[in-house]
Amino acid sequence: MSLSLLLLVIGGTLAMTLFGILGGLAFSGIDRVLAARMQSRIGPPLRQPFLDMLKLMLKQNIVPANAIPWLFNGAPLIALASAITILLYIPMSSLQWFPLLGLHGDLILIMYLLILPALAMVVGGLSSGSPYATIGAQREMVTMIAYELPFAVTVITFAWKLVQADVAHPFSLATLAATPIWTLVGPVGGVGLLLLLVAMLLVAPGELGRIPFDAPEAETEIAGGLLVEYSGRNLALFYLSLAVKTIVVTALIVALFFPWNLSDWFGAGHPLLAGAADAVFFLLKLELVMFVAITLVRISVARFRINQIVDIYWKNVGAISLLGLILVMADAYIL
Amino acid sequence: MKPSQTLGKSLWAFLFNSGSCNGCEIEMVATVTPRYDVERFGIKLVGSPRHADLLLISGPVTRNMAPRLKRVYAQIPDPKIVICCGVCGISGGAFYDSYNLIGPVDQIIPVDMYVPGCPSRPEAIIDGVVKVLARLEAAETSA
Repeated sequence: MSLSLLLLVIGGTLAMTLFGILGGLAFSGIDRVLAARMQSRIGPPLRQPFLDMLKLMLKQNIVPANAIPWLFNGAPLIALASAITILLYIPMSSLQWFPLLGLHGDLILIMYLLILPALAMVVGGLSSGSPYATIGAQREMVTMIAYELPFAVTVITFAWKLVQADVAHPFSLATLAATPIWTLVGPVGGVGLLLLLVAMLLVAPGELGRIPFDAPEAETEIAGGLLVEYSGRNLALFYLSLAVKTIVVTALIVALFFPWNLSDWFGAGHPLLAGAADAVFFLLKLELVMFVAITLVRISVARFRINQIVDIYWKNVGAISLLGLILVMADAYIL
Repeated sequence: MKPSQTLGKSLWAFLFNSGSCNGCEIEMVATVTPRYDVERFGIKLVGSPRHADLLLISGPVTRNMAPRLKRVYAQIPDPKIVICCGVCGISGGAFYDSYNLIGPVDQIIPVDMYVPGCPSRPEAIIDGVVKVLARLEAAETSA
């Protein structure tokens, strides 16, 4: 490996870590302000998540007597590190070095990596020795199993369509960014893709443990669930990993359904300038998806029970995504 | 950074009912509703004492709740603030001569601020938080 490549990977990873943490916190600040405005409140300042993190970092970090210390302290680190790792695979603009590891991973890898932060939370919860955290961990596992079905159906549809259209590397995210899926299908397939978009927008809050799918963390019934025993620095790390994961999941939806760049339409001037404009445009797309999938949903509805979550993901959202898959296939073969 | 600077901008509250009639709880929860909107100041309710900075206690301490109160106080990570809401926690209130009282809150755990009232109004609770933060700041500058 050449030295410049090594520098690029290390520098890029540091930059993405910084972007993931700062951007994730900024987006969660925007989310809180927008939620407040929808309830006709003034709401917290935009920098509130940063202030919360600062406070948590400076607070006492308690390890309960019943906990397994190395697991209890290790889980938050794994959650944050794995969330940042996924960020390295996601295309963000037309700049040549995005995604940083795009050639070494694909959609299937991202599907598996997305399980890691949630699994780290489950391990942390189980190792904290609190019955509330154990209930939360079980609920988190059940939720994970539930939302995997519509998520997997969506990924399969995309890969199948790209294979059928004879595109090279159908699972690669660079391919998805280069060939918007909407250009490959007719009107019926378009309806199918819209259904898949709805399914993915419903998977996002479950993936992130937000209302209405936040039964694993339900603070009014199981006192914060998985995170019940966490305090101080460890709690801050979990909140950071959640903020980074919010960016990851919404960026994945953007990469799957809205891969267009500004430079595709207005012609590329200087590649750096076009890349910067695309990056800003990417952030706007991210906020739009985040608003629809997270802020709007969490203000509009209350929490589902854990059995309702499984029902909704397997029956309702699963049916929507399967119908989408069938429509996309029908579009290719029958019409 | 000093605790007053970080806690003043982001204060997470945990409600504890040590035997109250629920009147103070209704007012405490009213404090976080959109009408009073304490999230403007970074105050929010949390579900676990491990996440909290502020312990909001209501009610006189009954015999059964005293050990729980001590335990919840110990579970809150430092630095922490305790505010006692309602006249029951200050003196026993209407239940002052009950056989089942261990005594006011400050005989069980240290209290930083008392908010009187039966029940204490949301404005009074916000005023109590502002005053306890001002006192914390004053204590830090003099120290």
